[in-house]
Amino acid sequence: MQEWANQLCENRQFGSKMTDSKYFTTTKKGEIFELKAELNSDKKEKKKEAVKKVIASMTVGKDVSALFPDVVNCMQTDNLELKKLVYLYLMNYAKSQPDMAIMAVNTFVKDCEDLNPLIRALAVRTMGCIRVDKITEYLCEPLRKCLKDEDPYVRKTAAVCVAKLHDINAQLVEDQGFLDTLKDLISDSNPMVVANAVAALSEIAESHPNSNLLDLNPQTINKLLTALNECTEWGQIFILDCLANYSPRDDRESQSICERVTPRLSHANSAVVLSAVKVLMKFMEMLPKDLDYYGTLLKKLAPPLVTLLSAEPELQYVALRNINLIVQRRPEILKHEMKVFFVKYNDPIYVKLEKLDIMIRLASQANIAQVLAELKEYATEVDVDFVRKAVRAIGRCAIKVEQSAERCVSTLLDLIQTKVNYVVQEAIVVIKDIFRKYPNKYESVIATLCEHLESLDEPEARAAMIWIVGEYAERIDNADELLESFLEGFHDESTQVQLQLLTAIVKLFLKKPTETQELVQQVLSLATQDSDNPDLRDRGYIYWRLLSTDPVAAKEVVLAEKPLISEETDLIEPTLLEELICHIGTLASVYHKPPSAFVEGSRGVQHKRLTSSAGSGESVESPDTGSAAVSEAPPAVIPSQGDLLGDLLNLDLTPPTSTGPPPAAAPGMQLGAMDLLGGGLDSLMGDESEPPPIPLRTDTPQSPQPPHQSPSPPDYSPTELGGDIGGSPAMGAGFGAPPAAMPASFNAPISGGLDDLFDLGGGGMTMGTYIPPKTVWLPAMKAKGLEISGTFVRRSGVIQMEMTLNNKAMSVMSDFAIQFNRNSFGLAPAGPLQILTPISPNQSIEAALPLSTVGPVMKMEPLNNLQVAVKNNIDVFYFSCQYPISMLFLEDGKMERQVFLATWKDIPNENESQFQIKDCHLNSDAASNKLQGSNIFTIAKRTVEGQDMLYQSMKLTNGIWVLAELRVQAGNPNYTISLKCRAPEVSQCVFQNYETVLKN
Amino acid sequence: MIHSLFLINSSGDIFLEKHWKSVVSRSVCDYFFEAQERATEPENVPPVIPTPHHYLISVLRHRIYFVAVIQSEVPPLFVIEFLHRVVDTFQDYFGVCTEAAIKDNVVVVYELLEEMLDNGFPLATESNILKELIKPPTILRTMVNTITGSTNVGEQLPTGQLSVVPWRRTGVKYTNNEAYFDVVEEIDAIIDKSGSTITAEIQGVIDACVKMTGMPDLTLSFMNPRLLDDVSFHPCVRFKRWEAERILSFIPPDGNFRLLSYHVSSQNLVAIPVYVKHNISFREGSSQGRFDLTLGPKQTMGKSVEAVLVSSQLPRGVLTANLNPSQGTYTFDPVTKMLTWDVGKINPQKLPSLKGTMSLQAGASKPDENPTINIQLKIQQMAISGLKVNRLDMYGEKYKPFKGIKYMTKAGKFQVRT
Repeated sequence: MQEWANQLCENRQFGSKMTDSKYFTTTKKGEIFELKAELNSDKKEKKKEAVKKVIASMTVGKDVSALFPDVVNCMQTDNLELKKLVYLYLMNYAKSQPDMAIMAVNTFVKDCEDLNPLIRALAVRTMGCIRVDKITEYLCEPLRKCLKDEDPYVRKTAAVCVAKLHDINAQLVEDQGFLDTLKDLISDSNPMVVANAVAALSEIAESHPNSNLLDLNPQTINKLLTALNECTEWGQIFILDCLANYSPRDDRESQSICERVTPRLSHANSAVVLSAVKVLMKFMEMLPKDLDYYGTLLKKLAPPLVTLLSAEPELQYVALRNINLIVQRRPEILKHEMKVFFVKYNDPIYVKLEKLDIMIRLASQANIAQVLAELKEYATEVDVDFVRKAVRAIGRCAIKVEQSAERCVSTLLDLIQTKVNYVVQEAIVVIKDIFRKYPNKYESVIATLCEHLESLDEPEARAAMIWIVGEYAERIDNADELLESFLEGFHDESTQVQLQLLTAIVKLFLKKPTETQELVQQVLSLATQDSDNPDLRDRGYIYWRLLSTDPVAAKEVVLAEKPLISEETDLIEPTLLEELICHIGTLASVYHKPPSAFVEGSRGVQHKRLTSSAGSGESVESPDTGSAAVSEAPPAVIPSQGDLLGDLLNLDLTPPTSTGPPPAAAPGMQLGAMDLLGGGLDSLMGDESEPPPIPLRTDTPQSPQPPHQSPSPPDYSPTELGGDIGGSPAMGAGFGAPPAAMPASFNAPISGGLDDLFDLGGGGMTMGTYIPPKTVWLPAMKAKGLEISGTFVRRSGVIQMEMTLNNKAMSVMSDFAIQFNRNSFGLAPAGPLQILTPISPNQSIEAALPLSTVGPVMKMEPLNNLQVAVKNNIDVFYFSCQYPISMLFLEDGKMERQVFLATWKDIPNENESQFQIKDCHLNSDAASNKLQGSNIFTIAKRTVEGQDMLYQSMKLTNGIWVLAELRVQAGNPNYTISLKCRAPEVSQCVFQNYETVLKN
Repeated sequence: MIHSLFLINSSGDIFLEKHWKSVVSRSVCDYFFEAQERATEPENVPPVIPTPHHYLISVLRHRIYFVAVIQSEVPPLFVIEFLHRVVDTFQDYFGVCTEAAIKDNVVVVYELLEEMLDNGFPLATESNILKELIKPPTILRTMVNTITGSTNVGEQLPTGQLSVVPWRRTGVKYTNNEAYFDVVEEIDAIIDKSGSTITAEIQGVIDACVKMTGMPDLTLSFMNPRLLDDVSFHPCVRFKRWEAERILSFIPPDGNFRLLSYHVSSQNLVAIPVYVKHNISFREGSSQGRFDLTLGPKQTMGKSVEAVLVSSQLPRGVLTANLNPSQGTYTFDPVTKMLTWDVGKINPQKLPSLKGTMSLQAGASKPDENPTINIQLKIQQMAISGLKVNRLDMYGEKYKPFKGIKYMTKAGKFQVRT
């Protein structure tokens, strides 16, 4: 830095004495002293020149803090420029010289009273920028005055100052009541003041997610909308972003806000336009679709979005990222605007790639010809990344628009003829996808593809080609030769190619068993004996065993019909999309991630959701996690850190074998019975080679590859591809042995439970067990699209966890397993989680998990808290839920009267706790019956002076008895309950249980 | 809000930094430099770069990267628009926005940046207001300031800052009252091999220079306002009036400003001013290639096409080009492989052409890519969309202003594929 400054000075020594570059001479050593002298000069002019030199040094990052006292001395001046320069200096260095900075306070306070509002504003503005605690104390009084200043320029500056102060000392701002003053400024008469107040409040609110600072109601909204028309472009952005957080009461309010926001679409500032688009996109959800205005609004949105694309490339990029979201949510807006997304050859690469993405999203039967012609053009460009993406895009078009498939295939063939290496490879990868979408339709091209076998050097392309050869082995005369040629360098291939080769050769063998025995033998031994890769080895063993035991089954499994890949690829998950639509124009929308996922400053961002109009026949359902969360036990997702995670991870995700039945339907490896290995394969192939013993591997529940039926997105990982195009979907189904019948009673202590139940049933009108409604335990947002809601029931002595698993993601979920953390009563799964079929997108599945109470014990807070880990093919997720303690009340919990009396006396009085149950309108008999359903047994009933006393007992699974006295007064809805127990910790839980049972 | 700003020149030096909140170490720019290295071309640096604690949002203008640092969720467009405003202000103040100009005026730059943002919130970005606060440097004023010790910082609160018309200062006086409007249209088009139009659209602006006394209230109407698909107005334009009557009604800012920008989309029929006949080909197995290009006017409504400049990025394998222009001059840069032909004016009677051969590097195979031809041109006295101003009226003041309207058409991104 110093260098250029010196150089600059030399260059300009003669020519431009009058420019600021002369100030850079200060970089020489010893100049600090000179400056010091000049700063203390009597001549005003010299002083100013000196300060300018100091500032110039500061701007290039030079340390001139040593001059602090001298510069501050120049502050008391009438010269506005000098004052400003000194302020500039102060802001930069006050932090490093806090004691010195105090010297400036007096001048600030004086300036805040100046007659000139410009000086007042400048003083309050600068004071706020001096981030020194000692100064902030002195700032409060001047700030309070300035917030109520008669001049709006001062007020608007003061509003921002509150935000500055909050950043330095949040507590001080709250204590001094500045937040309330700031809120009042929203109703200020001057639109600029309103805008700045909104901006300041929004910034403060970001660090106070629940403070409800911007309490929006129809009145404030009205004020904001009025200010919107009159304030500066920046103010309009603040106000629009604030409006976007409001939830209108009904569609009429929605419409009126939209009407007042639409003029902003014609603003020259693109940020205003995009913020307006956000407000409109959000509030549009509320409007009924049959409304005329809805259609008008849709039409109005397109032109401004198109215009954004003619702006500078940086703006275009942000606009394109947002348009990508908008076309996913409302494709109709831009469906006629395909042409504006056509790529110009000198667009920056980041614009080109985004445009390409949107072109595919907008592709339809109507415009596919144009799109294909463009894509073909792009495939001859220079930039390799772009060309690759263009070729992939052709494949995506074929899958998306069925009518165009044929044209796409012929376009791809044309491209293959160009023989450009990377074009050919990409083309083969996408043709593989086209085969998966339209099987038995375009196989005529295989011959052409095979000609290019040699030129393929990328794993993905090789794997794709091998898959094609294996899949259509019966139509390719020399399939065995082709595959054999790959086999030579087997160990040098990447995993995905190896896996593919293995599967392809097995397919070939099943199709033409006579000629290919040697080949299959060779590949199986390569995979199982010579490979260190567990995935490959496992797949090899599975095929081997399958072929050796039951060739017919092998055929069914390996050659099973594969599910077609679905149309649209890499769409954003609907829940995420909804949230992102609420964040149009922000960084979140550029990264397509929820704001909570990455922005550091936003602590605890609230998730925003689109609220759609009630009963408008909206096809997009918005998940109702919002309403479910209100129910009594809010699900808490366990933070994925801390020791408890370790606990969970230590445990194997397969169920403990000691309590449950053998995990019959666990993933395929269970087939590994040694005797199956016999001569099966030998007899099949007439070969004497002895297959090696196969180790039992129960510790890898993930393998074999999870079945996938999503189409391969352009950037999948190698292992995914293997599973993707291999025969594994079918395998998954084939190996899933029928579930072992769920044992009705594996819980030893409850053997007599049934009798008891019948016994009681005779006594009175027993009500069924109270089953709490299902609540959402794991919201989809936190689990990559998997939503779990559930409840606990106790039926005939068996505790069950009943769950609804809902797949809100775009891809299939499978391979579920569940595990509990240690908990207060040793609850543990008594068997594996029985989810045998993969859950496809938007499908939900019911699952019941029997629980035992012999698992490891650890006291939880609250007592009935249960921490659960659920695994699927995507990830492991953690959540916690609370179970009603009545799940643990045993059916033999009825105590003998005598024993009850003795025990009651025996338990010390300090163990007794008393609770009130309010607003309960049952008589004592009804209450007794109801409680009995939950295994709370009434032993005796006494009536004293119109008050019924019920004596009750219950027994927990761990043998703890709880005794209760319930007092019910006729006509009084408030019950009193006394609980006595040797372990008084449970009382609170038991009381809560009473309350829920009695009130439901 | 916007935390800091770094200015970085093309050789990767940070030559200015400004912080509006606490100081962010300039080492944060290392992430930018990394991205810059990855990008093949300077303009390919992504505009938004995440770092562990900050986000860097940058624009490249006049070969200077303006890199803004933000820490919390801030709309990226807001930042980019602000950076544009900074560039425009520098240009406005110093005539050019170059590293040298910024260094020469570093104190003014600092004062400006300080006025433009307060704690990261935009404060005064209107050129009119800024000029009242900080007077632009002129040789004369600098000299006078040096001698008399006066200052280039305004003493008064800028009057426009709080009025209902913040873009205009009060007490404006001129002896000659004049209003000039330039209707400038740029045509963006992609023409395919066979000469048919793939897409064509028009970006138009009306730039105004209004020097009028007092508070004039102007209305401007068009013969054919329905042509305009999407319009963006200067804040001075009354939107309601436009919605209802398609008339621009406004109190203009003082001096130069952009009144309106508009867009005529590809769905309308857009006239294409020139055609290109081309034959650029390489033969298999030969080291020679043919280059043959002829230009001609197409839909120009009788106006002449001027300042035509043709450029094309030839394939990498091309070593030299031996061409013969019928008019103008051409250059071929053997390093960047950029062919530029400065044609000048097109004479419809004698069409300009550029013919000759290209030779490939020894051993280079026939190139795969087809070069795209980029054309720049100007047509005076015509707006290619056909937009015409009907009349301009003034209310509110007594004098009779001088009024003038000019039309011009330019090529924006006008590309012909071969």
